[in-house]
Amino acid sequence: MALYSDKVMDHFMNPRNVGCIENADGIGEIGNAKCGDIMKIYLKIENDIIVDAKFETFGCGSAIASSSMATELIMGKPVSQALELTNKAVVEALDGLPAHKVHCSVLAEEAIKNALKDYFDKNGIPYDAEQFKETDHEALHDHVHGE
Amino acid sequence: MYVYADNAATTAMSRAAIDAMVPYFNKVFGNPSSLHSMGQEAKEVLENARQTVANCLGCEPREIIFTSGGSEADNQAIISAARIGAKKGKKHIISTAFEHHAVLHTLQRLEKEGYEVTYLDVSQGHNITAQQVADAIREDTCLVTVMYANNEIGSVLPISEIGAVCKEKKVLFHTDAVQAVGHIHINVKEQNIDMLSLSGHKFHGPKGVGALYVRKGIVLTNVIEGGAQERGKRAGTENIAGICGMAAAMKDACDHIDENMPRVAAMRDRLIEGLSQIPHSALNGDSVNRLPGNVNFCFEGIEGESLLLLLDMKGVAASSGSACTSGSLDPSHVLLAIGRVHDVAHGSLRLSLSEYNTDEEVDHILKVVPEVVQYLRNMSPVWRDLQVGKRQYIL
Repeated sequence: MALYSDKVMDHFMNPRNVGCIENADGIGEIGNAKCGDIMKIYLKIENDIIVDAKFETFGCGSAIASSSMATELIMGKPVSQALELTNKAVVEALDGLPAHKVHCSVLAEEAIKNALKDYFDKNGIPYDAEQFKETDHEALHDHVHGE
Repeated sequence: MYVYADNAATTAMSRAAIDAMVPYFNKVFGNPSSLHSMGQEAKEVLENARQTVANCLGCEPREIIFTSGGSEADNQAIISAARIGAKKGKKHIISTAFEHHAVLHTLQRLEKEGYEVTYLDVSQGHNITAQQVADAIREDTCLVTVMYANNEIGSVLPISEIGAVCKEKKVLFHTDAVQAVGHIHINVKEQNIDMLSLSGHKFHGPKGVGALYVRKGIVLTNVIEGGAQERGKRAGTENIAGICGMAAAMKDACDHIDENMPRVAAMRDRLIEGLSQIPHSALNGDSVNRLPGNVNFCFEGIEGESLLLLLDMKGVAASSGSACTSGSLDPSHVLLAIGRVHDVAHGSLRLSLSEYNTDEEVDHILKVVPEVVQYLRNMSPVWRDLQVGKRQYIL
């Protein structure tokens, strides 16, 4: 059996929305090079709608596929809906990820949340800080890899 | 074109090895322990194979024990030396920081039992010196176990010099030669090697079979109990077909080292030369004393698993020491031991060649790897930060 689903391989081999947006309305970055995963999400937001989303990712195949899928899922959506994106939705849209790669989808969710928070901060839009509680990635990584 | 460049992981079996195995599946399938002629014929075949393996190493047939592979041979050699040492009150072992896990995990087990292990530093030249071994030997040292050649980065260790040191200081010397046998001329007597582990599938033989050379007079501790096979030191009905396949492959490989390896080394050097052109990359491993087929690089700003997946799609089978490919949190202990930091250790690529590879295949690798590295760098936020100066280049 292949390591990844056809959907994951498709988004890895032909990633959607790669790149950066100049003068983005919101930028979110998560992860660190030491762990081997970094995701950066750029958002263009007009009238409360995500009109463009791009990503840059340093990481494994599932990290690249997760960022690609996550940007697809929020494209054209109102900010309120993008805020509700979960890692589960990313995993489902990719037809599943191997258990030890699920943390990649968590990174995608959090990179998007960080980009939205950046947008709120830049525009003085009030929000509930509780929504943006970050996962402890070292602990998550440890948990996922069982070390 | 699909290029198999992962020969350090395993190799394709040679025609000679396959042909050597086939009769023992259903024609001469007897158990060598049986008294009937079918069994005795199998016994004779087994002893012929032992003679072949012994000839390749420069030892006597009775000094060869067949095992299930390199890992079992490593386990048995180290545990045996540890038990011998304990009887004399010697519980100190010398090894290196970049051994295979078959050695490292066995040593860790012994540490839990109260043994003390010195892991020699490998950050200078990505190798060790015989002087480091000499300096580390103490009154209570019972074993020096250092690999002949490193499986990830290809460094070939100064085994003859280390053998001489161990002989002078009267300390047992074991070497894990899994990556060296069939690629480098070895003579255990001339090199003063007391124990040596090897594995059939690294030189175009079958998987699941290996051997341990043990100089006569060294008492082995059994790892597998249950029968009188292998002079009572390794129980279990002998894997006759596997042993014959390994012996045939080993003879084939050892007889042709002088023909094959210069050609493999020339392909390796062309790959190293070509891949060195990629900016912000670095060769891992000893650049002079190096396995003929090993190429290992770190490329800054990218991660190894995505590199391997893309290379696979473009027709190159390779391997990497990134955390994502090892299934653990940390990248390869070998890359960390030679001093690569996590950030760049994640972006490693190992290409390992054999005599089955061709110059056309090397051309293909040289075309594809730079393209894939650039493609991944173009989507990497780390690479962007490096380029705009927000992050300092390490390589």
